[in-house]
Amino acid sequence: MNELQLLTWVRGTGLNIAVGLFLFGVFWRLIEIYGLGRKRDLSAPRYAQGASGLHTVFRRSLPPPGMLARSPASYIGGYVFHLGLLVVVVFFAPHIKLIGDLTGLSWPGLPSRFVDFTAVLTLVAMLVVLADRMTKPLKRFLSTFEDWFTWGVTFLPVLTGWMAVQHLLLPYTTMLALHILSVEVLLVVLPFSKLFHAFAVFGSRWFNGAVNGHKGVPV
Amino acid sequence: MSASLEKGVSVLKEMIDAPIASYFSSCVHCGLCAEACLFYTETGDPKYTPIHKLEPLRRIYEQEYTLLGRLAKWTGLSKPVTDDELEDWKELVYNSCTMCGRCSLVCPVGNDIVYMVRKLREGMAVSGHAPEGIVGATQRTITVGSPMGVKLPAVKAQMKHVEDETGIPIPLDVEGAEYMVLLSSMEIMNFPEYLSAIARIMRQAGKTWTLCSTAFEATNSGIQIGVSDLAKVIVSRIVEGAERLKVRTVISPECGHAYTALRWEGANLIGRPYDFTVKHILEVLDEFRADDLIRTEGVEEGRLTFHDPCQLVRRGGVFEQPRHLMKMVAEDFVEMPDAGKFNWCCGGGGGASAIEEGEALRLKAFQRKKAQLEATGATTLVTACANCRIVLEEGLEHYQMAIPVVGLTETIADHLVEDRVA
Repeated sequence: MNELQLLTWVRGTGLNIAVGLFLFGVFWRLIEIYGLGRKRDLSAPRYAQGASGLHTVFRRSLPPPGMLARSPASYIGGYVFHLGLLVVVVFFAPHIKLIGDLTGLSWPGLPSRFVDFTAVLTLVAMLVVLADRMTKPLKRFLSTFEDWFTWGVTFLPVLTGWMAVQHLLLPYTTMLALHILSVEVLLVVLPFSKLFHAFAVFGSRWFNGAVNGHKGVPV
Repeated sequence: MSASLEKGVSVLKEMIDAPIASYFSSCVHCGLCAEACLFYTETGDPKYTPIHKLEPLRRIYEQEYTLLGRLAKWTGLSKPVTDDELEDWKELVYNSCTMCGRCSLVCPVGNDIVYMVRKLREGMAVSGHAPEGIVGATQRTITVGSPMGVKLPAVKAQMKHVEDETGIPIPLDVEGAEYMVLLSSMEIMNFPEYLSAIARIMRQAGKTWTLCSTAFEATNSGIQIGVSDLAKVIVSRIVEGAERLKVRTVISPECGHAYTALRWEGANLIGRPYDFTVKHILEVLDEFRADDLIRTEGVEEGRLTFHDPCQLVRRGGVFEQPRHLMKMVAEDFVEMPDAGKFNWCCGGGGGASAIEEGEALRLKAFQRKKAQLEATGATTLVTACANCRIVLEEGLEHYQMAIPVVGLTETIADHLVEDRVA
């Protein structure tokens, strides 16, 4: 298989398999988790302003008092790479075109130089959180194979995408094929790993907010 | 697999619901929960990371409720939970967790970690891996009637003592009283001033109240150890007593876990809503204050600060009331850093104070409270939980800090304008 054939495969069959597994996986996991249900709370509720599931979904995006100082790498690194991923995935013109071709949806992109810069920033932030995980005894203690693996699976699409655009290391066609392939690996891994927090985070925050909101505590 | 382990695992399987599945599916191992836990911040030992304390429960979730986990279990690739492992986890689930819930407040993906610790304890207790100290306390509550072995005659002796001291009759088993007052055995044994304070406050407020001979004890170590069956027996006594006496409101004493047990878990344990309301004594006092039923004069000397009991504030939603009441009796009232829902635990909640072998760790963790106190420069520490109070006293003594610890209810009572009887 030469690079053109590889590119054709990852753009066709490969993409179909990956998207199929991704959609199946997400659907399966959502049923698996939320199908378990929960018991109704029979205690008399206490009402308090700002205490609800929905409040917590938003509120928990900000660091609670004192926490930023205790773990700056987690928060700053975390913000930069999550927002960075959002920008490069959703606002890079070629991505918008791809999504447009598949779904008919379209929106304005951001200038490619800005996206380029964001990609580099994202890569740096991801390296910082990796270094933090490797050097901080607490994080190293908690880390399992899955933590290192999912870091790699998230890092590679950004790295290969940026390198393809910059025409670095390998011919554009090859790098683009590798980029798409790495995205496909990410799509398949996401539902069945900790990366599923991309979906479950909303349910978790909501449950926490609702359970404690019942007691009148805005969490 | 031993019979008890099998039972424990099956209890844990039953405990797992959508929130728990969602929480485990969201965790990214960021370790921020550790930064919120005084057992980690004061020791620096990563094994005290709250989410790590749940590892046995996580594995059971994965092996029983996820596609890949079931596949791994079926092919023998995953490690089953063993008795030895649960025994090792005892220290993490009980000694080094006071169920204070601070971790649940900081988790960036929103995991309610303490919710899961509460559930894991159910499996730990059933499989025989709960600490002696809490097992004993629970047994005594079931057989004798209270965790410290206090029986009705001891309560009656204290009633007599308070009647002699205050000249106010202490009502027992009065049908149709507005309030039924509960005590914690800590108050019966160590802090008799609580009952005396109640008698004086109720007289001034002009309210009818009663103690109940079949339900005087409020603490519920069934909740702390994690045995819902026993917790249900204990809470049912109170429900039956309150319904027999047809009271409108049951007052939970200055005890944090008693409040959680009765206010939030009780109805779920007995499987129906109550016919009466449950209030913490501070909620009742604040209502009396707002309705101008109690009036105080004079203030406490020196600088006062208030320790928020976790179960009352962060886990119970009673936040404003103690502030209002403190201002009635303190001219110089200062808040600790992190006061309110982010307050740090005394280190002895969740049954931890009953675990002898956990004492050294508890005292180490107390450094957090020590630092908070030092930041205020307070000369008196006020709280509203008899268990916090004992743990605070022990910690202060250990670190040779001469700060008296008092209950808020008795402090209010000390300043009542006694001639103003409604």
